Amino acid sequence: MQVFTYILLGFLVICAVSVSLSKNLLNSVLIFMSYSLIMSIIWILLESPDLAITEAAVGAGITSLLFFLTLKKIHAMIKTDKREEKEEEEEKDEQKDSTGTV
Amino acid sequence: MSRKIPQEQYEKTRSYRLKQWLDGSKDLYLGEVEMKPQKPYEETHKQRKKREKEKARAVERVYDTERNAEIRIFRKIYRVFSILFCVFLVLMLLIAVSYLPTIGSADKPANNEVSARYIESGLQETGAVNIVTGMILDYRAFDTLGESHVLFVATCTVLILLRRDEKKRKDGEPAEEEQDFLYEPKDDVILQTVAKILVPPIVIFGIYVILCGHLGPGGGFSGGAIIGAGLILYLNAFGFEKTERFFRASTYKKLSFTALACYTFSKCYSFYTGANHIESVIPLGTPGAILSSGLILVLNICVGVVVAGTMYTFYAMFRKGGY
Repeated sequence: MQVFTYILLGFLVICAVSVSLSKNLLNSVLIFMSYSLIMSIIWILLESPDLAITEAAVGAGITSLLFFLTLKKIHAMIKTDKREEKEEEEEKDEQKDSTGTV
Repeated sequence: MSRKIPQEQYEKTRSYRLKQWLDGSKDLYLGEVEMKPQKPYEETHKQRKKREKEKARAVERVYDTERNAEIRIFRKIYRVFSILFCVFLVLMLLIAVSYLPTIGSADKPANNEVSARYIESGLQETGAVNIVTGMILDYRAFDTLGESHVLFVATCTVLILLRRDEKKRKDGEPAEEEQDFLYEPKDDVILQTVAKILVPPIVIFGIYVILCGHLGPGGGFSGGAIIGAGLILYLNAFGFEKTERFFRASTYKKLSFTALACYTFSKCYSFYTGANHIESVIPLGTPGAILSSGLILVLNICVGVVVAGTMYTFYAMFRKGGY
């Protein structure tokens, strides 16, 4: 059991570091979710099941849900068509501008 | 017997104005203060080009980031020092952790007369088999009172920040929810089937965790979070029309008000006794039975209701700014 705890603690450190290192925001939210899951197992091993339930429900469930929602709101999850359209419009504007000045 | 005065006369009375002020139906500044809407700042393409050009020139000529030796040296030193600082911080924290007593050692400072009292006589004094719940909702119920109010205040803040006024929406603009659904499939069959199977067990498990908080691991907060997660899954699968049949903003207001008022009334004596305990008149019952341990069960349900509503409200606010 001791070895299992150490493995989990190692995973915890790896997760914590890679949350800040990953470039993709969606990936970091997913890693953060797994961090909470590992933490809840560690709480069980530390004989505090109350905290384990709360950690699993709040940390892995609701916090990540709110993060996902925020990422979706700021269009960080997928490159939506809207943004592409906007970029195209900007390009058109620039072309217009250059032709206008010439 | 009171006389009924005509509407015109009634509109001049003080009580009518008070009512208007309470409802917010009359803007107090309207007609009193000079108001001019601010013009939105619009930059023409010429202006933008000019600004960008000037900025580029400033970066190029004044700062000269490419050939400026000072900046280069500063950046190198900055990088080195930031790494050094991080290593120093990690080392300091690790050294501090190494001084902590080991888990379960007998001579650590947490093992004092308080925890001894909790462990020895917690079962007789609170009637809760789960000592943690006995501590949280009986010995330290005053702290949990503040905690649940903090949650309520957090919801109010989210409401202030994220609420969208439907009245202020322009006519052509689609509603927030419709905007949200533009790029994803409506009525996803897989999600709906999974939700149909999963939501009832999740909600029942949440209710179990709340009701058995004094018997086993669990309690109001975790159970409420589980129920909130189940509601969110249901909302995701079936949309706001289905959930609005049983859960609206007014439902949340009533539920959380009732729960918080119930909690506060049962524990507000702490304000007068200085957080001291008062002997409860409610019988504790046999430990291990579901109807035991006095007020703890009621308080667990109150906290659970507040937390479940809060989680759901957070999600609804983030999703479309109201519900």
